[in-house]
Amino acid sequence: MSFYESLTILERIPFRELWQKYTKDDVMRALAKEKLDKEDLLALLSPAASWHLEEMAQKAQRITRSHFGYAVQLFTPMYVADYCVNHCTYCSFSAIHDFPRKKLSLEQVEAEAAAIASSGLRHILLLTGESRKDSPVGYVKDCVKVLRKYFSSISIEVNPLSTEEYQELADTGVDGLTLFQEVYHQETYRKLHVKGPKRNFRARLDAPERGCQAGFRSVNIGALLGLYDWRQEAFMTAMHARYLQDRYPGCEISLSPPRFRPYLGSFNPESDVTDRALVQIILAYRLFLPRSGITLSTREPAELRDRLVHLGVTKMSAGVSTEVGGHTSDGGTPQFEISDSRSVPEIRDMLYGSGLQPVFKDWDILAEGSVR
Amino acid sequence: MQDALHIGGKALSSRLFIGTGKYSRNTLIPEVIARSGSEVITVALRRVDPSSQKENILSHIPPQMTLLPNTSGARTAEEAVRIARLARAAGMGNWVKIEVINDQRYLLPDNLETIRATEILAAEGFVVLPYMSPDLSAALRLRDAGAAAVMPLGAPIGSNRGLRTKELIGILIEEAGLPVIVDAGIGRPSEAAEAMEMGAAAVLLNTAIATARDPLGMAEAFRGAVAAGRQAYLAGLGPVQQEAEASSPLTGFLNV
Repeated sequence: MSFYESLTILERIPFRELWQKYTKDDVMRALAKEKLDKEDLLALLSPAASWHLEEMAQKAQRITRSHFGYAVQLFTPMYVADYCVNHCTYCSFSAIHDFPRKKLSLEQVEAEAAAIASSGLRHILLLTGESRKDSPVGYVKDCVKVLRKYFSSISIEVNPLSTEEYQELADTGVDGLTLFQEVYHQETYRKLHVKGPKRNFRARLDAPERGCQAGFRSVNIGALLGLYDWRQEAFMTAMHARYLQDRYPGCEISLSPPRFRPYLGSFNPESDVTDRALVQIILAYRLFLPRSGITLSTREPAELRDRLVHLGVTKMSAGVSTEVGGHTSDGGTPQFEISDSRSVPEIRDMLYGSGLQPVFKDWDILAEGSVR
Repeated sequence: MQDALHIGGKALSSRLFIGTGKYSRNTLIPEVIARSGSEVITVALRRVDPSSQKENILSHIPPQMTLLPNTSGARTAEEAVRIARLARAAGMGNWVKIEVINDQRYLLPDNLETIRATEILAAEGFVVLPYMSPDLSAALRLRDAGAAAVMPLGAPIGSNRGLRTKELIGILIEEAGLPVIVDAGIGRPSEAAEAMEMGAAAVLLNTAIATARDPLGMAEAFRGAVAAGRQAYLAGLGPVQQEAEASSPLTGFLNV
């Protein structure tokens, strides 16, 4: 039994008709409850709830303050390779795009790490394109060994791996896994993932659970909002998170709500995810999963990030480059265009100015051979 | 020093322990300390970055405070032990609050792993204060393992729900044979006073102060409440009765 079985059952929900059935009363009932169930989540994502975002926001903020206080953890992604074997219709790194691919040497990784660490950040998200050949587990492990000298928490966002491979990485010092399903709607998934191992929906869907089994401290999941109906995708993401939380209570399950951004190709998203929709998604996540981390990336513009950070967000990226080696060289091809290019000090000052506390360090690597 | 709380060779005049998490800025901490009168402050080692000048939480804690590094983030006894050793190696002293939590939804402690970590760390000379679910058997094992106190939760961390475990904490105070410090869940000064009236040795709280509209005012309120509760405990609370007792009894003439 994996989330796949749950997903196949949840897929039978007649979403399109159901969304219209929810009323203000259903939304208010959900808001009055302490522990929300599937029906409540549906109500909070429904069109009816979009008229009650303020009530949702008030409660979401209270819950967030209670569990997380005023702390917002900062991190940055570090791209070390952009080789990819998949043909995904919405991504710059897709194998069909012809651009000079890059992969950092360990010396370059070290230089990049030093440059990022000098900003004060102690949490790093190591990213590669999805290619077992060009960025195999051994390469990721070597990078992690370098990064441990500079960071107190290392997460990875790489192609899905086996439980044993995740375990190897956890033993090396990786404590967090980010893996986006991209699309939970299976038919759309098949349409958008034309070629490559990523076409295997289930292998990807089960990967976060393998990460939990391997002992990662945190697992971050999400759908790329815009690729399919956002209400349904947000619903499936939250149900996936609840599934993982129920089975792996020791693992912190976080959610990201990334919206589709311009990239190298010309794909146009099917579903327009407005700012109001994004707010509704974040609030529904917070109310349904009160203790989950919610991560906000630089896909969102600065002004919007400054507002969203009060609504339940607990982690933010700062000082971001989505290019391989982007912190030390002129970089390569960005995976997507970022919207908030502020530096770490600028994000720090924004948070302080908003009455929030930026947290640069929130963990110490405990794997054997730790540098600390 | 009258009515001091003795733990780990220290005599503490304040029975209010505070935390460092959840504040809007660390620069509030020195004032919270001053207004609360607290002498013990817990710090998550996971948040300590000695290499950072600006964001190092320790730089906001006055030197007279007793540091109580906690093992927040530990999911096993082994992890808690490693974190405690890291804290001591980082110069944070030999007090440690054991937190072993394997439940990210309610953040309830794992008593079995906590006992294991306490055994190891007490043997290494740490002053061990374990955060625990209020269970008498576990408290006795923690005492036997060398804990300097036990820290049962009043309600889940950050919930501000008060003394939901009051009956069980009362049993620990009666039977555990070592100081009982109520940790987590206390949201109001009146609840801190209630814990102290029951005979708790101290209370530890963070969320109630850090997330108050006026954290400094709330720190002061808790200072008064803890002192009042302690004073009431020492003074001995009058008996509680179901029915009124006449101050001029009907049979008083028999004693004349």
